Amino acid sequence: MYSLIKDTLLSQVVTLWGVFKKLFVKADTVEYPDQQPYMFPRWRGRIILSRDPDGEERCVACNLCAVACPVDCIALQKGEMEDGRWYPEFFRINFSRCIMCGFCEEACPTNAIQLTPDFEMAEYVRQDMVWEKEDLLISGCGKYHDYNFYRVAGKQISGKDKGEALNEAKPVNVRSLMP
Amino acid sequence: MALEVGSGLTIGLILGTVIVVAAMLIWVERRLLSFWQERLGPNRVGPFGLLQVVADMIKIFTKEDWVPPFADRVSFVIAPAIIMTVILLSFAVIPFAPNIGIIESNIGVLFILAMASLGAYSVMLGGLSSDNKYALLGSLRAAAQMVSYEVFMGISLLGVVALSGSFNLRTIVEAQEGMWFVVPQFVGFVIFLIAGVAESHRLPFDIPEAEQEICAGYHTEYSGMKFGMFFVGEYLGLVLVSSLITVLFFGGWMGPGFLPPVVWFALKSGVFIAFFILLRAAIPRPRYDQLMSYGWLFLLPLSLINLLVTGAVILSN
Repeated sequence: MYSLIKDTLLSQVVTLWGVFKKLFVKADTVEYPDQQPYMFPRWRGRIILSRDPDGEERCVACNLCAVACPVDCIALQKGEMEDGRWYPEFFRINFSRCIMCGFCEEACPTNAIQLTPDFEMAEYVRQDMVWEKEDLLISGCGKYHDYNFYRVAGKQISGKDKGEALNEAKPVNVRSLMP
Repeated sequence: MALEVGSGLTIGLILGTVIVVAAMLIWVERRLLSFWQERLGPNRVGPFGLLQVVADMIKIFTKEDWVPPFADRVSFVIAPAIIMTVILLSFAVIPFAPNIGIIESNIGVLFILAMASLGAYSVMLGGLSSDNKYALLGSLRAAAQMVSYEVFMGISLLGVVALSGSFNLRTIVEAQEGMWFVVPQFVGFVIFLIAGVAESHRLPFDIPEAEQEICAGYHTEYSGMKFGMFFVGEYLGLVLVSSLITVLFFGGWMGPGFLPPVVWFALKSGVFIAFFILLRAAIPRPRYDQLMSYGWLFLLPLSLINLLVTGAVILSN
C-alpha cells in the first residue's frame, strides 16, 4: 500500500512541483529577428567571391570548387584576359542546392571563394536562389588581407615573367650541365 | 435590466464571457505550457501575443470545411455541435456570484453530471461517423473512459451533497460559509479532480485523442470550424470543470470583501485552469488499460470509502 501511494501519488506530485518551478527559470529561446545571435567568424554561411589587394578578381576559374562540391551547385566558365590571367566568364552558385559544407573554400587554391557568417538568404522566388558572379563578388579581400595569387604563383602573365614572382627561384635551364 | 439571476443581461454576459475565455485559453495554454518548458510561446501577434487567438480564429474560419465522402454525413456534422451545446448548457446551473447565474436548479449537480455523460455522445458519434480506424479507436477509448470515470465522478460529489444537504449548487456554496468543503472532503476533491481531467479529455487522460498513438483520435477526420468546435469544446470543458471545483470545494464566490465576489470566483477558477495546464506540461499519458484498472480498482473503492466515512461522521454528529 505504501509503495503504491509512493509510486502513484508522490512521484506525480514531485513531477508537478519540478515542472512548476520552471516558471521562474529564464527561457532558453533567442528571439531571433529582434535579438541577433553572435555569429562566429568561421561560420559557414553565404558564399562570396573575394578580390585580391589590388582589386582584381581572385578566382582563376580552375574549377576545383565545382569538382569538390558534393551537390554540384557551382557552375563556371573559364575565360582568359589579354595579359594571360584566367578569370570566370560566369560563376553561378545555386543556393537552393548548396549545403554550406565549405569544401569549395577548402579546394580553392587562390582563396577566392570564401564562406561568411551571413545566413539570411531566404527568397520568395526559387529562381532568386541562383546567384551570379555579380551577386557573389565583394569588393574586399575577405579573410585573407594580403594574398595575391599572381604575385606568388609561377604562372606567367604580361609584366611578370617566369621566376619573377615572390620567393620564386629563377627558372633552371634543364638542358644545361652547369649546377 | 439588472444583474440578477436569470435576467437577459446576465445570460448574455455569461455566455459571452465563457466563450471568450475558452477561446483565450488557446493562447493562455500555449503561453503557460511554454513557460513550463523553458520556452517563450506565441508572443508575436499583438501585445504579449494576445491577438494570437484572433489569428487562430481567422485561420480556422478560412480553412476548408471538408466532410469525407465515406463519412456518415448527418452524425458527422452533429457531433461537434453536441459537445459545445452540452457544455454550454452545463454553465446554466453554475452560480458565479450571489447575483450572477442563469437558473436556480434544485438538481444542479445531477444536471451537470447528466450533461457530462451526454458529452460523451459527441466524441463517440464523431469517431464512429468518420469511418476511420483511428477515429474508431478514439471513440472506443472514449466510451471506455466514460464508463469508468462517470461512476466515481458522481460518487465523489456525494460527500459534498451529504454535507450541504442539497443538490443545488447555490446552496452548496452558501453551506461553505464557515469552512470550504475541500477540508472535510479532501479525498473527494482529489478524486473529482482526477475525474474532471478525464471528463474534459485533458492530458494526462486525453486517451481518446492521444496524438502520438492514434493521430488525433475521434477528430482525425475533422477540419475547419468543425474541428474548431471540438477544440473550443475541450477548453469550455476545462473552464466548466475548474468552475465546478471552485463551486463544490473552494467556496465559490466567497472570499475577503475587498474584491467583488465574481472576481474571487474567476481567480479561484483561474488557479485550477492553470493547474490543469500544469498537469499537461508535467505528467505523461498512462496506458489505456492502466487508466481503466486505476479507475475501477483504486478510485472507485476509495470514493465509496470516502462516502461511507462522510456518512458515518454526519450521523454521529
